Amino acid sequence: MPLLSVDELSITFTGRGRRDVRAVDGVSFDVDQGQVVGLVGESGCGKSVTSLALMGLLPKKGVKLGGRAEYDGKDLLTLSSNAMRDMRGKHLAMIFQDPLSSLNPVIPVGLQVTEILERHRGMKGAAARKEAADLLDRVGIPDPTRRLKEYPHQLSGGMRQRALIAMAVACAPRMLIADEPTTALDVTIQAQILELLKELVDQQGTALLMITHDLGVVAGLCDQVNVLYAGKAVESAGRRELFAQPTHPYAHGLLGSIPRLDAPRGEPLRPIRGSINDRIDWADGCAFAPRCDHYTLECLSGTPQLTEPVGAGHGVRCVNPVLTGVEVKTLGVPAEQAVDAAAATAPAEPAEPKIPAQAGPEADGKAETDEGDAAPEAEPEAEKKKDAS
Amino acid sequence: MLRFVVRRLLQLIPTLLGLSVLLFIWLNRLPGGPASAILGEKATEAEVARINRALGLDQPVYVQYGRFIKRLIEGDLGTSTQTGQPVMDEFLLRFPATVELSLMAIVLAVAVGVPLGYFAAKRRGGWLDVAAVSSSLIGICIPVFFLAFMLRTVFSVNLGWFPSYGRLTTGINATEVTGLAVLDGLLTGEFDATWDALSHLILPAIALASIPVAVIVRMTRASVLEVLGEDYVRTAESKGLRKGVVRTRHVLRNALLPVITSVGLLTGSLLSGAVLTESVFTFGGIGSFIRTAIDGRDYPVLVGFIMFIAMAYVLINLLVDLAYSLIDPRVRVH
Repeated sequence: MPLLSVDELSITFTGRGRRDVRAVDGVSFDVDQGQVVGLVGESGCGKSVTSLALMGLLPKKGVKLGGRAEYDGKDLLTLSSNAMRDMRGKHLAMIFQDPLSSLNPVIPVGLQVTEILERHRGMKGAAARKEAADLLDRVGIPDPTRRLKEYPHQLSGGMRQRALIAMAVACAPRMLIADEPTTALDVTIQAQILELLKELVDQQGTALLMITHDLGVVAGLCDQVNVLYAGKAVESAGRRELFAQPTHPYAHGLLGSIPRLDAPRGEPLRPIRGSINDRIDWADGCAFAPRCDHYTLECLSGTPQLTEPVGAGHGVRCVNPVLTGVEVKTLGVPAEQAVDAAAATAPAEPAEPKIPAQAGPEADGKAETDEGDAAPEAEPEAEKKKDAS
Repeated sequence: MLRFVVRRLLQLIPTLLGLSVLLFIWLNRLPGGPASAILGEKATEAEVARINRALGLDQPVYVQYGRFIKRLIEGDLGTSTQTGQPVMDEFLLRFPATVELSLMAIVLAVAVGVPLGYFAAKRRGGWLDVAAVSSSLIGICIPVFFLAFMLRTVFSVNLGWFPSYGRLTTGINATEVTGLAVLDGLLTGEFDATWDALSHLILPAIALASIPVAVIVRMTRASVLEVLGEDYVRTAESKGLRKGVVRTRHVLRNALLPVITSVGLLTGSLLSGAVLTESVFTFGGIGSFIRTAIDGRDYPVLVGFIMFIAMAYVLINLLVDLAYSLIDPRVRVH
């Protein structure tokens, strides 16, 4: 049984005198111990709201929750607020996006670490301070005893995020939710932070729910990926499968829109046109249809169901899935290798210069230099794989 | 820290000097003067000139100013043209009552306003919020003298719960230490005096606190609303901290920063603005003395009073800045 099992989660914001807004609409996924599951999508697709709902951090008023989110046999959505308060930080912990604004500016970092030790582990005074210093040390903050006395504004961006991670792992939670933990950081720090998260998952068997819009992070870290669009999962697959064959036009477009280092000079970017606001109700059809290059009238006949057109365990919510694999061809390298390269470099080895965790350009560049010759040969292989599926 | 305090105190000197120059020029341009106030409308020019000579008002402004500064350095603010007593003595007699009343009012306003503002924000749109916001509006709208009069009529005159005038019941006296009767009673152990002084203070303090409390409720509410939306409060919640810890350490500590500034300004305005309340309760503070000084064109008293208030503002602002730097490390002074 998975540690966290989210089943048909829906989140609706209701306001007096306003139309209800369904931010998340029947999202399901599982997270096992030691597994990293990604929720991917652009701003406004419902990924952050999902994480807040799991943590019980959404306001009680004006929010309607549906479905179930079972953690260790308990439904997180129906627990009382006091029971949830006991869970948070101890069993379930969260790492937020912007490390500066996520730390209290007027109290020392040390107190912000020790307060959670005091709350959940009953530690006090010198013992708590020592443990806090150990925690900061473990997440790679140099001179931790001095840093404990400092205030957030005296720390660098990377150190702040490390401090937040130290707070999140202070009570060795079994489940960690990271909401775009690298977005506010520069690329070298991003790689270090991802490496740190990976270590935590590997060493402690923590389950990690990774919320991101960065496909580089996905390539480097996630085992299982759910691509969200307008509150619904549109594609759900293992990392390899997704990168090898992005099948939903949206996922396909996301991968295709990554700028590439090996692209010829002057080649235009290939964005997905429109914005997430150009959408129709899921009840009327596919929400992505107004932005989709593949849409037909069929797309407008009710909510598309999650099917598995390209293989078991690779769910796609589309009536006109992309089965041609155009994406793979234009990458210039076999998809398998692209993923491997991305995975290998995203959290860079400490000895190497820190490389941005942007999978696309980096993966391609890397693949090109490492396996420049292999690329053209490998193409038919990719073709074959497609035929097989 | 010490250097900061000393520097700020030294800044008092140019502030007060500049203010005194402005005051002298301004008073000199005013029509009328102490002489006509003392002698009435029918005074002859000769009499007016005699009085003016006696008060030194026949001299050019810069000579008057030079004399004023010379006396000021000796700690002498001059002599009241009305009572004939040294201005400093008159102030020392009356100022403590006003200070005590103002402090009591501001303590009351903070004690009521901050929690009310906090819970109003926390339950935004709830009945407490609506009640707090609308009653604070009423608090700002009701004239203070009217509220003072109503309180006195209902609670002192009709119900007899509190004394209706004065600072202390005749016969009860605390040994004077600070001049603040409540504090003196506590310091010397004469608790009956403290109790008596408190019972005299409470109604005027409530009347005087009505506007500050309204301001503080609104400031706190707005500030708490803002802080509740901050990421670090969400982080604190995500750690599963107890409600009380989130409230005091993460919400209030940040939300009170702007409130502290306004409390400082309000305290200053109470010192100079307690006039009407003091006269309703015949409290014997500086207020009524200043009112008669204005009527009587008692220049030395007016100049001294304005300088006193200016000094009080500077000192209060210094305290505000020090409090700020204690709470917020980002503005810590060195």
